[in-house]
Amino acid sequence: MIEQGAAVQTPARRFDKVCTILDENGRQPQRLIPILQAVQEEYRYLPEDVLTFVADGLGIPGARVYGVATFYSHFTLEPKGKYIVRLCDGTACHVKRSIPILEALHARLGLSSKQSTTDDMLFTVETVACLGACGLAPVVMINEEVHGQMTPAAAIELIDAIVAREKLA
Amino acid sequence: MNKTTATVTIDGRKVIIENEKNLLELVRKAGIDLPTFCYYSELSVYGACRLCLVDVEGKGILGACSTPPEAGLVIRTNTQELREIRKISIELILANHDRECTSCVRSGSCQLQDIARRLGVDKIRYRSIYEPKPVDTSSPALVHDPNKCVLCGDCVRFCNEIQSIGAIDFAYRGHNAAVVPAFGNDLASTECVNCGQCAAVCPTGALAPASQVNKVWQAINDPQKTVVAQIAPAVRVAIGEEFNMEYGLSTTGQVVAAMKRMGFDTVYDTSFTADLTVVEEGNEFITRKINGERLPLFTSCCPAWVKFAEQYYPQLIDNLSSCRSPQQMMGAMVKHSLPSQINRDRKDVVMVAIMPCTAKKFEAKRPEFQTNGTPDVDYVLTTQELARMIEQSGLSLEKLHPTSFDMPMGFKTGAGILFGNSGGVTEAVLRYAVGHLTGSNPVDPEFEEIRGEDSLRIIGTEVGGLELSVAIVHGLGKAREVMERILDGSLTVDLVEVMACPGGCIGGAGQPVSSDIALRRKRRAEAIYTTDRLLDLHCSQENHFVNEYYHRYLGEPGSREARRLLHTHYHHRRRTSAEESALRKVVKVSGDEMLAVRVCAGTGCFLRGSQNIIQGLMKHVEANELADKVLVQASFCFEKCGEGPNVAVGDTIISHATLEKVIEAIHAALAQEGEPV
Repeated sequence: MIEQGAAVQTPARRFDKVCTILDENGRQPQRLIPILQAVQEEYRYLPEDVLTFVADGLGIPGARVYGVATFYSHFTLEPKGKYIVRLCDGTACHVKRSIPILEALHARLGLSSKQSTTDDMLFTVETVACLGACGLAPVVMINEEVHGQMTPAAAIELIDAIVAREKLA
Repeated sequence: MNKTTATVTIDGRKVIIENEKNLLELVRKAGIDLPTFCYYSELSVYGACRLCLVDVEGKGILGACSTPPEAGLVIRTNTQELREIRKISIELILANHDRECTSCVRSGSCQLQDIARRLGVDKIRYRSIYEPKPVDTSSPALVHDPNKCVLCGDCVRFCNEIQSIGAIDFAYRGHNAAVVPAFGNDLASTECVNCGQCAAVCPTGALAPASQVNKVWQAINDPQKTVVAQIAPAVRVAIGEEFNMEYGLSTTGQVVAAMKRMGFDTVYDTSFTADLTVVEEGNEFITRKINGERLPLFTSCCPAWVKFAEQYYPQLIDNLSSCRSPQQMMGAMVKHSLPSQINRDRKDVVMVAIMPCTAKKFEAKRPEFQTNGTPDVDYVLTTQELARMIEQSGLSLEKLHPTSFDMPMGFKTGAGILFGNSGGVTEAVLRYAVGHLTGSNPVDPEFEEIRGEDSLRIIGTEVGGLELSVAIVHGLGKAREVMERILDGSLTVDLVEVMACPGGCIGGAGQPVSSDIALRRKRRAEAIYTTDRLLDLHCSQENHFVNEYYHRYLGEPGSREARRLLHTHYHHRRRTSAEESALRKVVKVSGDEMLAVRVCAGTGCFLRGSQNIIQGLMKHVEANELADKVLVQASFCFEKCGEGPNVAVGDTIISHATLEKVIEAIHAALAQEGEPV
């Protein structure tokens, strides 16, 4: 039997989902942003062939879809890692020294401002403007979990724990 | 009595409001040339460059381009504050600009350079955070250098609003903002039709025609090569502008003289093969009209329009005239007839076309126009490039004694000259049709009624007893409108002439660029009509050298040899490489032992309900537990858009597919494999 998980999709299923999303939005070009949001929720990023399909379905140029997708930082055109590490670099976290934490995370995972996802697709490290938890500054969020009053060492410990857990799994 | 006229006070002087759309037009009418990057009257107002700012009493500082005229406004255009704001804008642009001006293709014609000089920018006070970005040279027609972009968006709006293509758009934001094709891909892999109007409106060298000047010099300097040139009609009425000559001056003789001095061995006139095109296309048209088949006939001289039709209207491709463009007919005829005449190999004859056009560079590279591995036209130079070559040679166009074209392919009638103007091909074909249908050539050959500047002109006329309706279009957005009307049945015409550029070839992107382009186009168009009038013959069928070529090489119009040398065929083309890559991915996952069922999800099939077939098939496969035997895939175009929806079951393509038909075919295929279900 062939198991079809969410990540492994035949192209037909892939386009089938987009068709549903397009239909739900009445195939209206002015609904492009909600359509992209739904697509990203479905695939966890915006794959190029799916965006081309969206452009065709809405009758607008691919360059316009690409422009919108790259304008908003919410959208991503790259597949993200299993664990998304969001480091807050809002004003409060910044003055509480968030940048050394970012540097430590980058060094631990071999990442940089140019490459934000590890080659094994386990981690994505990104900075966000504010997580709304300024009292806990500096703050790191790993997927849905919030970790407050971080230090570079504490952040590395969190990463190490995940790596160890993943090795056992 | 007149009503009191509404006025605006501009720098202390009253200016009457007429039909101006905005204050900028009013200010310019008053003789004050406010600088702008992002304002083109035929495009939508963008209001981004902040150079046309004016001080409106009681309202403050406003963008003149985006403020409508209002009676009684008191405006100042030249205060200390405004001058400083403008200067800061330019300094900020320059801080992040590749300022290697001397080696820039637009040096001397750059609006940024010009405005910086006019505003007295003598120092750039801002630190540069500019990091060089790669230059895109993938396109045969255009070079895209993002390091010179000022983000005015003129290119984006022209491509979108006038041409209805949208090959490029803004992407990213803040200081990363850039004009790019979809997914940051190369220009060559996009739906770009190479019309080059993005480069024609670009104020800087961010988008510019790709140059082949050095390759042409190399060929000229190679004693092994015989270099043969052809010059398109629109070039001769525009190149003088590059040498400060008056607009609309026809400089045919001087251009030929300059080219001979530079070392071109033979100089022919593209208008000769335009005459040949008229004879072939005229016959094709009359035959189709009389037999009532595949009308309307679309002209196919404009390579940007041809690519557009191939991409967006595959169901109408058979309506395109199969005639090659005059450029390609000249290439084919020269390479066919000349080598044996001058005792040279085909490969040693180099054909250089001088064109007002960037898309012609793409056309010359099309695989259809290569013979035995060598192109029929080796190099295509724009009017601008030829002007650069003349400058490089130290020649002054205006001082040269005129020289005539080489015979026989330098001989033309006025009809062949008309090709430079929108409506020209139609007029030339109609002149031919009169002669062909009535047996005598028209006394007054001028079809005044089809001339004009409107981007869409639909005219009914009677020729030799045939009632004809023709549509003349320039601009591809207008062409799209016409195509849609033809498809939905609301427009019935016999002939559609499409030129991608404003005003036709005289407004091509290879022509001299300038902000007073509208005036230049008008003068060039007049010069084309004057040149026709000054020639002795006005109908292509009167060109006795054309007739001689039929006699010697081609036989009759439309003969087998004529079809081989002068005609071609077009094919459906995917718009972007993204469609290709999606297709490749689909093919890669297909399992070896499984039956692959590929449903086209391209635009045409999609509109005809291919999506319902996909969904129905998925359900069917699940319900009948066929998941290990049948792999349902979505695919892009099978290039049979007229017969959609298309579905491939294994290797068999089912057209006009329905869910039932496909299910039937799947079960038949499975049964054939000896696996009945």
